[in-house]
Amino acid sequence: MEVIKTDIAIVGAGGGGLRSAIAIAEQNPDLSIALISKVYPMRSHTVAAEGGAAAVAQEHDSIDYHFHDTVAGGDWLTDQDVVQYFVEHAHEELVQLEHWGCPWSRKPDGHVNVRAFGGMKIERTWFAADKTGFHILHTLFQTSMKYPSINRFDEYFSVDLMVEDGRCQGVVAIEVSTGIMRLFLAKAVIMATGGAGRVFRFNTNGSIVAGDGMGMALRAGAPLRDMEFVQYHPTALPGTGILMTEACRGEGGILTNKEGHRYLQDYGMGPPDPWPRNKAMELGPRDRISQAFWHERQKGNTIKMRYGDVVNLDLTHLGEKHLKERLPFICELAEAYEGVNPATTPIPVRPAVHYTMGGIKTDITTATPLPGLYAVGECASIGLHGANRLGSNSLTEFMVFGREAGKYASEYARSVDISSNQDAIEKQADAVEQKIMGLLKRKDGTEKIATIRDEMTATMEEGAGIYRLDETMQQTCDKLDELRERYKKVQLDDDSSVFNTELFRTIELESMLETARAMAHSAINRKESRGSHQRIDGYETRDDENYLKHTLASYRGDDAPTIEYEDVCITTSQPAERVYGGAAEDDQDK
Amino acid sequence: MPELTIDIEVLRYRPETDDEPSYQTYTVPYQDDWSVLDALNHIKDHMDGSISYRWSCHMAVCGSCGMMIDDVPHLSCKTFLRDYYPNKVKLDPLANFPIERDLVVNIEGFLEKLESVKPYLIHAPDDPLNETEYLETPAELIRFKQYTMCINCLLCYSACPEFALDPDFTGPAALTLAHRYNVDARDQGTAERTRIMNTEKGVWPCMFVGACSEVCPKQVDPAAAVQQIKVASVFDWYKSLLPFQDGE
Repeated sequence: MEVIKTDIAIVGAGGGGLRSAIAIAEQNPDLSIALISKVYPMRSHTVAAEGGAAAVAQEHDSIDYHFHDTVAGGDWLTDQDVVQYFVEHAHEELVQLEHWGCPWSRKPDGHVNVRAFGGMKIERTWFAADKTGFHILHTLFQTSMKYPSINRFDEYFSVDLMVEDGRCQGVVAIEVSTGIMRLFLAKAVIMATGGAGRVFRFNTNGSIVAGDGMGMALRAGAPLRDMEFVQYHPTALPGTGILMTEACRGEGGILTNKEGHRYLQDYGMGPPDPWPRNKAMELGPRDRISQAFWHERQKGNTIKMRYGDVVNLDLTHLGEKHLKERLPFICELAEAYEGVNPATTPIPVRPAVHYTMGGIKTDITTATPLPGLYAVGECASIGLHGANRLGSNSLTEFMVFGREAGKYASEYARSVDISSNQDAIEKQADAVEQKIMGLLKRKDGTEKIATIRDEMTATMEEGAGIYRLDETMQQTCDKLDELRERYKKVQLDDDSSVFNTELFRTIELESMLETARAMAHSAINRKESRGSHQRIDGYETRDDENYLKHTLASYRGDDAPTIEYEDVCITTSQPAERVYGGAAEDDQDK
Repeated sequence: MPELTIDIEVLRYRPETDDEPSYQTYTVPYQDDWSVLDALNHIKDHMDGSISYRWSCHMAVCGSCGMMIDDVPHLSCKTFLRDYYPNKVKLDPLANFPIERDLVVNIEGFLEKLESVKPYLIHAPDDPLNETEYLETPAELIRFKQYTMCINCLLCYSACPEFALDPDFTGPAALTLAHRYNVDARDQGTAERTRIMNTEKGVWPCMFVGACSEVCPKQVDPAAAVQQIKVASVFDWYKSLLPFQDGE
């Protein structure tokens, strides 16, 4: 197999991968970087982020407020040292993006504008209309072209990490256009592969968001942390899952049920007026708003449509001019995919899986427990989001910690040599190639990947959805075991080498099944309710006594993942009740 | 009521086995809210796993899924079967690019062109960055904002008659992104970019047919950007004839 030697390999070229690459290129221009991505960088799913990126920007705001909003929003499962570092460095990173050309929306005086977002006490969400992720991604991608040490390997599909001498030393990837496998030998590897939302039926994610990086890390021996915490975004279009950004509500949009009633006031987030009001009603956190939808559906208050139950996201009172300026993409999407003009008609929406709070466990330096392996962005669990992420924290996350990943991976790369035992690594790579050839050449398979995938997404929705029960979670665990077995008999239609997308979907499916398994087993073992993990089988409340802990899921092959726990880092904020709406104002008055 | 169906005619080409491309027709269920991409995904999942095409976001922003739909370049995720039914829909890879396989084209040339126009803010070495953000009024933002909206879907290259004749033409999207930085008040790199664009492969081959702007799914209007570059280049050329240059 052809070997490409590099100092640092980065898997994934979305926001996290590009920010890491630029950090290395700027601080350590002599280190060679292989930036490996299964799609062209500008196709990465960062592109679909809409609402904005959080950093304190106003006089009457403070990093303490941002800290507290994030810690409470995460139901105290955040690592507070990580949150502190994050809020302190958020502003400089968003200014850095400005210096690279990001077209942030502006105030009349020329300063960057900010908008309100869910769970945030003060407006601190920087935005580029409603295409913030798109603009950040293109800004980073175009800026990355300045640096000669960034060697891009676009449309290279990474299959497995190489581990030798107890450290990660590279990755095997397939060149999509030819099917040729190459071994990237690296002193350090950064995973920046994004989330795993596609393991659920209803999701807002692109087809590439398949948890493959998480699966690779898991198989290489790095644990996944807090995988039971899966974020349902409360407002997605019912058929397609297309995201209607939280900025719709940040700009003043409201949610109503079939009676036209602003139902969130019935779930501890009222009173409804005055509106808009931070940390109240529609500007509550995503977990609570998605859970309220579930209850409304139980009560029969939702509206029945072709693709199931919906509520109304009403922007009609905001006026066409304001919508066209602040939410032009939302107007375009609602019109094209739902036939609705938001200026005149409410948009039908339902919750859909949006974000994986958990991921590859890292410490505050982005280092995983596997030496030489770093992780950043949605694929990582650095401890920022806890049990529920606040909207607009994740774009800032990959900026702040992407730079850290670049810095610490560089330091590590300087401290080690490429393995003297290259033969052993090449043997591992050959084994990966054999596995892939086996998939391609198999003739007696009986299973279709679409069937396994559809059954997986259905069982995840059933057992690991907004509310969870021991019985259905167990059924989901069992079903995933069954699907893993059936996966071993998968049959491809396509045995060709050139741009074989069926092969890539098949490899992704293996990782999706492992990632789904980590989610389901982490969920069934957490016998409490916290943030996005809500149980209705006798564990309805938070249990700090036993579960103020991170879950660690480790790979054990055919056996179920091992579930262990580790402490959460608490510095200044002791666990308390999460309060929103009027209660939040009372809380602040204290 | 029998299930309604629609025919999707897809150009197939597998370089390892096919001497030349040919069409294959698939009859799929017709649903009025399905995009062309939904139909392709139905084919791939349930009829023929060997068909290859690019897609990801399904919301017209990642730029992956451009193809010729009845000979017109479109994003397949935002083009709907209802606009063709009951007629068949014919799918070809984006015109003017080499076919890699089926509906997948080789876009490496575009990436090289994009890189060649230096699509990033350029500052003079003695211009240190401010501690905080550069001020930029909404009016200054509007000057270039439209040109930042390009999703690199490359529909414009498929529509461009000049690119059809000369694959080395820098082309609408790359020129537009160069212009985006030129008219950004924070940028000082216009002179460098003009040197690149003011060539026989740069702006001048453009005949201002405007097909690029017609097919752009994001209303970026590359034709306008290219014309503005031409005007600026001519202005620079006249300026170069003046006897007294800046600093002399």
